[in-house]
Amino acid sequence: MYRNLTIKQKQIVWAWAFLAIPVLFYGVIRFYPTGNAILISFQNWNLLGTRSWAGFDNYVKLWNDPVFWKVFANTFIYLLLGTPISLVISFVIAYHLDQLRFMHGFLRMLYFLPFMTSAVAMAWVWRWFYQPVPTGLFNNLLASVGIGQISFLNSTTNALPAVLAPAVWAGLGFQIIIFMAGLRAIPKSYYEAAKIDGVGWWTVLWEITLPLLKPTIVFIVVFSSIGFLRIFDHVFNMTTNNPGGPLNATKPLVLMIYDTAFTGFDMGYAAAQTVVLFVVLLTVSLLQLRILRDK
Amino acid sequence: MAFVENIRPSSETLLASNAPKRPANMGQIIRWLLLFLGGVVMVMPIAYMLSTSLKWPHEVYNVNLIPEEPTLENYAYVLEDGRFYGWFVNSLIIATLTTVSNILFDSLVGYTLCKFRFPGRYIIFIAILSTLMIPTEMLVIPWYLMSQQFGWLNSYWGIMFPGMMTAFGTFLMKQFFETVPDDFIEAARIDGLNELQIWWTVAMPLVKPALAALAIFVFLGNWTAFIWPLIVTNSPDMYTLPVGLSSFGDEADVAWELIMTGAAISTIPTLIVFLIFQRFIIRGVVMAGLKG
Repeated sequence: MYRNLTIKQKQIVWAWAFLAIPVLFYGVIRFYPTGNAILISFQNWNLLGTRSWAGFDNYVKLWNDPVFWKVFANTFIYLLLGTPISLVISFVIAYHLDQLRFMHGFLRMLYFLPFMTSAVAMAWVWRWFYQPVPTGLFNNLLASVGIGQISFLNSTTNALPAVLAPAVWAGLGFQIIIFMAGLRAIPKSYYEAAKIDGVGWWTVLWEITLPLLKPTIVFIVVFSSIGFLRIFDHVFNMTTNNPGGPLNATKPLVLMIYDTAFTGFDMGYAAAQTVVLFVVLLTVSLLQLRILRDK
Repeated sequence: MAFVENIRPSSETLLASNAPKRPANMGQIIRWLLLFLGGVVMVMPIAYMLSTSLKWPHEVYNVNLIPEEPTLENYAYVLEDGRFYGWFVNSLIIATLTTVSNILFDSLVGYTLCKFRFPGRYIIFIAILSTLMIPTEMLVIPWYLMSQQFGWLNSYWGIMFPGMMTAFGTFLMKQFFETVPDDFIEAARIDGLNELQIWWTVAMPLVKPALAALAIFVFLGNWTAFIWPLIVTNSPDMYTLPVGLSSFGDEADVAWELIMTGAAISTIPTLIVFLIFQRFIIRGVVMAGLKG
């Protein structure tokens, strides 16, 4: 049978043979669950009890839930603080690192090392840093120079930035490396021309480097935004005694989803939250691509 | 993505600085010192983690980086009951198997989408690409229900199945197979190799750097994965290192030297791997980051 096929037909047979398992995988493990999550979001279902149609009840409940709005705001604060801060720091470091020869690889390694760590492990390290005296490193350092104590993780105002810091820290190495690759890709001739024209470095930075770096910037902004909108590991591990606390001050959307689904077993309500997360991620990414690309 | 075309540093450019050679002046020295200081600050959390894991409990409250009387007592204590050993093995098995699966399937799919012409090709490509937009968190509830139904809770397969193939890896490999000339494949066909042999013996060796980059990303991603293993496991012997560490941290309460030891145990392996394959890994990260 197979022998009688034309080369073209044989190719089709091979292609589908290669794709059979993957197509099954993507269907069962990606697409079916996506549809299922949307379906469950319209149902009332705590894992043990009955499953019933709920219409838009879960979404209405979400709209009227003050905790949800707090969490929604937190999620965007993570994004609005995390993305610009990590973008600026990583660019400044990459820009200067790019212009150094001496022990270049060593410096780069220092900055990249945190990227290789596990978020959970580092969340616990930072959690220890933030403890009050006599345990915590930061407060011990403050005490040794005679400055008053700062309450980090127990304060409703300081806790969120304190949780965000290790997330920014861990991502910097990756962004620096990507920025440096972007900087290297800018043709030298632009800089030489600017030099001949006697243009100052500030003008070169704003008129040549940054505009030519735009693709890299778009990539880093979109990539890191998605990361901050989905923050979970750091928050969960730094606040295990009271997840998302104090008073929901650090709770992001993903943690609310986790709590609703796997502590409260309110699957329908949790599924509605995941749909909201999906819409938020999609909207933010598309908006960023649009704004950053068109300018 | 379109902008990928704009940035294509040859992989070698990142291995050494190509900053102009010039005599050290004051500005350069200050710049170096500041960057060095920044780098030291960056590794401080890691350094303190390691240092505290080597301290006696009474010394934890000191801010000195070098332990006065270094001890391996904490490691002995933490490893004594074998739990960390079990979690370590679990993580290693899961990350390794997932990496192998991604290497095989992502490249097979990427190769097929790149080198074959068949009806449905475009739809499959778009379908796989579109899954990049679906966040994992949206799928965990259906995955959990599925695992419950099929008895996958608390099993390696339960932890691994969502990550056996990734759209990111497929897209990355497709990009790299574009660089394999069609003539090579044609020549192999004329030599009588079947398509499976061509993929494995002709195409795969030509994209080794990309496979390595993919392997690094998948392995690291699974080694540090937290939310799904946390959901799908509830018996401590099936925990992965991050989930185990999280529960251990809660249990150890304020014994920070023990928590730091646990954190060190889960971090040291990746740090060692990084220090050995540093250049290679950085190159892989750039490749995956820019092309993926």
